[in-house]
This record gives sequence, C-alpha cells and structure tokens, in this order.
Amino acid sequence: MDSVTKGMTPIVQVVSGWVKGFIVVFGIYLVLYGHLTPGGGFGGGVVLAMALVLLVLAQGKEEGLRRLPMGVAAELDSVGALMFLAIALLGMFAGLGGSFFINFIAKANPGEPYSLLSAGIIPLANIAIALKVASSLFVMFMMLVLMRVVYTEPGKDS
Amino acid sequence: MLEMMGLLLIFMIIAAIVAIETRDLLAAVISVTAVGFGSVIAFFYMRAPDVAIVPIVVEVLILVILIRATLRVGLKTFVGNRDFFGMMVTIAMLLVIFLAAIRVFNDLPAFGEPVMAKMMDAPSRIYLANGLNDTGAANIVTAVLLDYRAYDTLGEATVLFTSIIGAITIIRKKARKKPSEPEVEEWTV
Repeated sequence: MDSVTKGMTPIVQVVSGWVKGFIVVFGIYLVLYGHLTPGGGFGGGVVLAMALVLLVLAQGKEEGLRRLPMGVAAELDSVGALMFLAIALLGMFAGLGGSFFINFIAKANPGEPYSLLSAGIIPLANIAIALKVASSLFVMFMMLVLMRVVYTEPGKDS
Repeated sequence: MLEMMGLLLIFMIIAAIVAIETRDLLAAVISVTAVGFGSVIAFFYMRAPDVAIVPIVVEVLILVILIRATLRVGLKTFVGNRDFFGMMVTIAMLLVIFLAAIRVFNDLPAFGEPVMAKMMDAPSRIYLANGLNDTGAANIVTAVLLDYRAYDTLGEATVLFTSIIGAITIIRKKARKKPSEPEVEEWTV
C-alpha cells in the first residue's frame, strides 16, 4: 500500500473533519427542500457522496469504508431504486384513479403550499433518488479510483 | 448580459482547445473541468440554479476521479502525432458544419426569447399556470421532474443503476477467466 491511500497531511485531515458535517447537512437540506428551493434528489445525493469522497481522500480509504462499507452502500443503492419504483407502483394500486406515478398523497391530502410537508410523493421520491445516487456514486468512486490490477503467477491461485 | 455570455463562450472554447491540444494529461483534465464550470456560470446567468447545482457537484466529482485515475496509472503525458489526412478531413467537415450552422442560426429566435411561451397551449405554460395546484410543489422544476415527467426520471434512475451494475461486474476480484490471465482486485462487497 502506498502513502497516497493512507491520507494527506494533518492539516487536511483536521479541516476535512470540521467540514464534513457541514457538507452532509447541506446535502440533506438540498434533498429535503428539493420541492421548495433549487436542488433535489440528484444534486443532494451527489453532495452526500462528495462528503464520503472527501473522507476517503483526506483520511484514507479505511475511514471512508468504516463510515459506509461497500456492502451497505450496494444495499442502499438497491433500496433507493426499489423505493422509487414502489412509490410509482403505490400510485397504481393504492392511488386515486390508479395510474403509474400519480401523486396520490397530494391528491388525497394536499399540504400547505410552500411548507416542508407538501407536494405529496415528491419529497419521498427525492429521498429515494438521493439514497440511490449517493451510494452508487460512492461505490463507483471506490471501484474506479482504488482499483488496481494484480498480476498473478500462471497456475497459482492468489 | 449578452456580452458576458460571449466572453464565457470564448473562455470555454479556448479551454476546450487547450484540453485537446495539450500533451499533459493533468492539464487536459483541468481544462475539461474549466469548460464544465464555464457552463455552470452560464446556467446561473440564464437564471437556472436548478440546472446549475448538478453540474457543479458532478464536475467536482469527475475532476477528483479523473485526477486520481490519470495520475494513478503513471501516464502523465500523451505522445503521438496526428494523421495529416485525418486532420484535413476533420477541417473540411467542420467547415461544412460551420457553413450550415450560419444558415440555421439565422432562423433561430433571439437569445433568451421564450418561443414556447407564445403558443397558447404549450406545455411550459400549462406547467407554470397549474403546477402549484396540481402537485403542491413550489419548485416548478421538481414538479416537472418528479410529477409530470416522473416516468423519464425513472428511466434515468434505471440507467444509473444499470451502469453501476456493469461497473461492479467488470471490476471484481474473481474474474471468470483462466488463472494465467491478469486478475483484478476487488473491494469485498
């Protein structure tokens, strides 16, 4: 293992430790308020993934993998995709009128406009997309950046 | 505002040419990111913060991945000469496209003029008029993405999901090959 994967200088490590909480809070804000202000599931999800990428770059891959192991990330990816699909199918079976992706919560119980609890399925879909995007981009980052090619001897199992 | 857009466009074109012409891979990566950030500023000038947020974060992520990927391989410069005949063909094609583009751009509406808004039953008019009542979402971009056109968003999510599955399948430890071939280490999932 070379020195790059173990992290950067103490200055970078301390500052990244201060900043990572703010990045996570900003990402959650972008996701939860996506139906009121600019933002949304995709942008907020990428910000959440960037917080983990910052941890990996500054403090080494063990720290990032301790926060979000690859297995958990892969499961979160699937959970996000299935949650988005479940929202769509719920509109088909439980909703009014019964069509794919109908906004059944907003039709049955329209919240106060411009408030956090409004717009029916849109915040839920934002959360699902954010889960999916954040975990899958983290997995892709770990796959692409930390992968290395290992040459083994012919006929010998590594 | 139009002058700023012109300056931005010139900056982006210069950065793109630098990205193509430079022999240094790191400089090429940074130039590509400069083009992306130019487009982000252009979106802000056109008052589309919803569109601008995603390129900012994606540009940063792609910059990190490309820098780690290019510098990791140890390949810092790119050496090679261009084929003279291929370059001539490229220049001729670009000239033809440029001449056609002059005709096309003459027929386009003026910059920043919403053509769709002049039609009485254009979708954008209906979304802007009924969006808050139909969906309850104050941000009309999110209302279009996740309510009116949610089926398209499902397609995008499927594309992302499939590409991640493909990446995990290709980059894994137990490659289904003969042991004599090189093997790729995988992070245990």
